[in-house]
Amino acid sequence: MTNGRVIETERLGKSYGRIEAVKELNLSIRPHCITAFLGLNGAGKSTTIKMLLGMIRPSSGDGTVLGQRISNPIEGVRLRTQIAYVSENKRLYDYMTVDQMIRFTRAFYSDWRPDEEQKLLRQFRLPLDRKVKSLSKGMRTKLGLLMAFARRPELLILDEPSEGLDPVGIEELLEILIARCSDGTTVFFSSHQIAEVERIADQICILHAGRLVLDSSLDDLRQSYRRINLVFPSIPAEHHFRIAGVQDVRTRGHQMSVLASSNAEGVVARAQDFHADSIDVAPVELRDIFLEKVKED
Amino acid sequence: MFFKIEPTSGQPLYLQLMQQIRHAVESGALREGEQLPGIRTLAQELVVSPNTIAKAYSELEHEGLLELRQGSGAFISLSRRARSLSNHIQAATRSVSDLVEQLRERDFRDEEIRRMFEAVLLHQPEMTRKR
Repeated sequence: MTNGRVIETERLGKSYGRIEAVKELNLSIRPHCITAFLGLNGAGKSTTIKMLLGMIRPSSGDGTVLGQRISNPIEGVRLRTQIAYVSENKRLYDYMTVDQMIRFTRAFYSDWRPDEEQKLLRQFRLPLDRKVKSLSKGMRTKLGLLMAFARRPELLILDEPSEGLDPVGIEELLEILIARCSDGTTVFFSSHQIAEVERIADQICILHAGRLVLDSSLDDLRQSYRRINLVFPSIPAEHHFRIAGVQDVRTRGHQMSVLASSNAEGVVARAQDFHADSIDVAPVELRDIFLEKVKED
Repeated sequence: MFFKIEPTSGQPLYLQLMQQIRHAVESGALREGEQLPGIRTLAQELVVSPNTIAKAYSELEHEGLLELRQGSGAFISLSRRARSLSNHIQAATRSVSDLVEQLRERDFRDEEIRRMFEAVLLHQPEMTRKR
């Protein structure tokens, strides 16, 4: 592994004709952590994940996953036996039954754990004799998850693992992710469930229009992001508050609202210079940070 | 022992857990020699990353409040240093509660008081010092 990183990419890019789906992406994922990969639909998350797995070739840049080059097709095949992956569309064979699908998958992996398979079958209440074709969206997701979680891989990559799951299913999924991480597996997953991500992720990566716009630990975000709401006797010009760390400034009447990714104390000091009547500093939720990062200018 | 984690409170989760364990020791809810849940168990119970629990435990071990025994878990250990620290914290907590009580009597709401504390702390950043 490069610098002990499980995933490392350098200026990774993918273009489809004139459309750049992923641009100059530098990812660096630490081992034994839970990393959430966030972004709007079409931001390039699935394209990135498929490049990491060697399923599509990068147009530019390169990277390593578990120390193996993703642009090398031979290493890519070896890689896919060391990673458990749940795809976005939960690619399954519709004509098989659940039981056939599991037995078929099991044959490919030496790290398969029959005890874990049995446990997950009971937990997910999957009907063994049903055709995959007739499964609900949530059931399909659970079957896809079972086939990844029944193994003991070094790295778990999940593309939208909570798709179609009900609240109980999501809770079960989170518990399993936590258990796998406790066992030392590195977890990298994309999701739209920001509230859940905010609980279990160690690290957050936000992709927007193919670019990485945020790469930070959640603890750092919690500690440094603040919303500062101010009231002034007469409102100063916004540019006085566009100082280091400030992401956004809005004014309405006598009120000003400042979003700072750091340096909240600088904003407070500036507000005092302008004789603010009221200074109110509040923490910022991940949802608000996300919305700010993917805002169209 | 019950812990409660607030993901949106603006404070790192491992710090929240550390404070709650310290508080539990100070209030007598956790006693010397008592065992805390394993990392995996507590992570699943609180639905947080196991790294959060591991970090809180290891910081508390550093403070001398916890003893981590290989393979058997985390135990409350009140070293002399931790005990004097705990008395210190108890005294400080009393001053803070007195102040909060005074502010409440002057009709400030808890939310307003919390923000005042935060604004003051932000405006007068702590000098780097060793305890």
